[in-house]
Amino acid sequence: MSIDMSQFHQVFFEECFEGLEAMESGLLTLDMGDIDSEIINTIFRGAHSIKGGSGTFGFTVVAEYTHIMETLLDEMRDGRRKVTQPAVDVLLGSVDCLREMLTAIQNEQDVNNASVAKHKAALEVVLNGGSVTAEAVSPVEQELTSEVVAAVNVVSDVVEEKSVELEEQGWKIAFCPYLDLLKTGNDPVRLFRELNELGELTTVANIQDVPAFYELDPEECNISWDLKVMGDISDGEIREIFNWVEGDCEMEIQPLVKAVKPVPVTKKMDPEPVAVATSNNFSPKPVEVKSKVVTETKKAEPQDSDNDASKTTAKASSIRVDTDKIDTLINMVGEVVITQSMLGLVGENFSMDKVGQLKRGLAQLERHTRDLQQSVMNIRMLPISFVFSRFPRLVHDISSKLDKKIALKLVGENTEVDKAVVELINDPLVHLIRNSLDHGIEMPADRVAAGKPETGTIELKAYHRGGHIVIEIIDDGRGLDKDKLLSKAIEKGLIEENNLLTEKQIFELIFMPGFSTAEQLTDISGRGVGMDVVRRNIQSLGGNIEIISELGKGTTIAIHLPLTLAILDGQSVAVGDETYIVPLVSIIESINITERMLNKVAGKGETFRLRNEYLPVIRMRSIFNVHSGNPTKSKEGVLVVVEGQGELCCLLVDELLGQQQVVIKSLEANYRRVEGVSGATILGDGSVALILDVPGLVRFSIR
Amino acid sequence: MTTDVQSNNSRVEQFLTFQLAGEAYGVEILKVQEIRGWEAVRIIPNTPAFVKGVLNLRGSVVPIIDLRERFSLEHCEYSPKTVVIVLCVENGANQFVMGIVADAVSDVLDINLADIKKSPNFGSKIDTRYMRGMHVYKKKMIMLLDVDKLLNPDEVEGIESLV
Repeated sequence: MSIDMSQFHQVFFEECFEGLEAMESGLLTLDMGDIDSEIINTIFRGAHSIKGGSGTFGFTVVAEYTHIMETLLDEMRDGRRKVTQPAVDVLLGSVDCLREMLTAIQNEQDVNNASVAKHKAALEVVLNGGSVTAEAVSPVEQELTSEVVAAVNVVSDVVEEKSVELEEQGWKIAFCPYLDLLKTGNDPVRLFRELNELGELTTVANIQDVPAFYELDPEECNISWDLKVMGDISDGEIREIFNWVEGDCEMEIQPLVKAVKPVPVTKKMDPEPVAVATSNNFSPKPVEVKSKVVTETKKAEPQDSDNDASKTTAKASSIRVDTDKIDTLINMVGEVVITQSMLGLVGENFSMDKVGQLKRGLAQLERHTRDLQQSVMNIRMLPISFVFSRFPRLVHDISSKLDKKIALKLVGENTEVDKAVVELINDPLVHLIRNSLDHGIEMPADRVAAGKPETGTIELKAYHRGGHIVIEIIDDGRGLDKDKLLSKAIEKGLIEENNLLTEKQIFELIFMPGFSTAEQLTDISGRGVGMDVVRRNIQSLGGNIEIISELGKGTTIAIHLPLTLAILDGQSVAVGDETYIVPLVSIIESINITERMLNKVAGKGETFRLRNEYLPVIRMRSIFNVHSGNPTKSKEGVLVVVEGQGELCCLLVDELLGQQQVVIKSLEANYRRVEGVSGATILGDGSVALILDVPGLVRFSIR
Repeated sequence: MTTDVQSNNSRVEQFLTFQLAGEAYGVEILKVQEIRGWEAVRIIPNTPAFVKGVLNLRGSVVPIIDLRERFSLEHCEYSPKTVVIVLCVENGANQFVMGIVADAVSDVLDINLADIKKSPNFGSKIDTRYMRGMHVYKKKMIMLLDVDKLLNPDEVEGIESLV
């Protein structure tokens, strides 16, 4: 009778959220002076497809709401309405509201009716009061305006009528007959036929209780129905139809208004601006209403972002992949199969003269395997714009809240990163950008006084460097004040008074827990929690974070992250009989040394002098308690100079074995975390090698 | 193999028995994933001595625990008869795969649950938490181990802090 729609829900929600994102970025790029009709079209399309989809899936609340947005956008598209900043702000608020609604529906929670009604009212205020703005902008076109007013009023009337119709003239019936309904001589089909005579009937059958075919009893009714009747029908009429089956079923009859009751609110807010519009008197009144609405939507926002966060964690993980990528993959698999069959042929009657052929085949196989690996990894790669795209909104909202003028520049949005990185980097980035907005960029007046352009710039930049992706947040704000940082740190007892710190170490202070230089707490930042969390998050991704800052000129925060979390380039080293893998990215250089090149410090620690710098030496043998192998060999060894957490350090190993890509296997899966070890991998000979956690080792050795 | 089931009425479980320093131990056969010969393992640094190291088991990294050292029995050189019993350990919702080193595998017994005797209370001197009970078979005592408790990674860590 009907298809189970719930299987399409996931796709629907994904498309909706994509549509919302497109609408949001469109709204933000709208330039008030010069309206690009293409952008309006994009926004309109987004709203339209959400409306269509939600109608299909029966989410009438969403459909009704989007309909109003659509009306407004339609007028903007036809040029019947000027695009104004307040209107755009209300539309942005509506996007948030829609997102909230969809999230609630997705998580099968109740939609927050109060906030929906509020946003809806705001929309309608704009829809009705918009004519005033149009008039104010173009007072010359007096004749036209009256027409516009009429048009607007007609449109809004239609909207109202339609919503009223949708809301009040229909019934939702959950009809769940008992198993023996048919035995009493009743036939649901007849009931439905009668219902259909009352008004337009839609039926959805729930067949999850229907047993397997061979267990089916034709005399039992295992189906239940969700019915919807549209039209002007009274409660009694429906009950009359179901009179016959009353004792044989469970049913629930509800009017369709249940979900939304925005109408009274709308009515209350409507008359004011409309009255003003008709009296042709441009007074600040409607503006007041609008700004009130705008602030209300603003207030709702922090909540929204919270919801967003919980949503991303709760959502089942899925990924959209370019068909191109999959085609390449299929191609590659084909190649591998061909090579494999070729090798099979060679092996069938092998003789020594076929060695050359075999070698060629193996080389080919190796190349294909590498390509295959790369394209599989590629599937997990997403452009960083997935993260970046939300920031224009964030900057827009916060800068208007702080009364600062800030332009956000995005560079390198198409840089691809691993999906896991994309998911985990969002929160740290939000935090860093909020910091830049709040502490970094000065107030416009201060900026002018400092001889800088009034509008501050924050640049968000992503690019590849080596096996890393670098994300930089560059602002041209006031920069970090070294002296202030130092005195604050001493005051809080985080460092000793007469400690000599390098510039870099001073900047690192802001990553210490409980450190904040903000004079006053704002709800945006300044509580001193956060930067340490940011650093911890980034380190847990295997990356690091550094700060470059010049007082008065600005701050650059650079985050270095590994491209992928599943494979790394490693240098295998031997310690006794054991083999360890050192991540290649943390190796600065390797030096052949003899025992006497090491200097003992205070009879305990050892250091090595590398170009006028004394570096601490970690003996892998003693730190990992390796006793095997030839101990005399360690008189001579290789020093691997590594960098972890910004500190240089030397690892003393017996010899270097070779470089290779290794697949990271978790030790925790079957055991637990081990200090100094970040994971394990399997070598070509099938044995296990441990991957060193360089920052962990550095910490471990300092203790 | 043995089939002397004493009663058909109550539940019977199968146990894999193995030798350790002359004593017989048993583990539930449903927990056993496979039995393999001893092979060299990769040492994990800074772990208790009874964690011999990790092994590559078809792509997953599996820790190996020496039960002799775990029970503080005298150490014995590994021989071709030494086996590794790979067990599936459940800890709450998580599943772990771990191996235990035993001197030799002996038998699979059908044991009636009613015939499992509670392990005696030795006071605080001997820890019987990891014992599921005792069973007498052909006048020999078999100690039945509770694998989930014995090889719980948290327990392994806890022991380490005691050592």
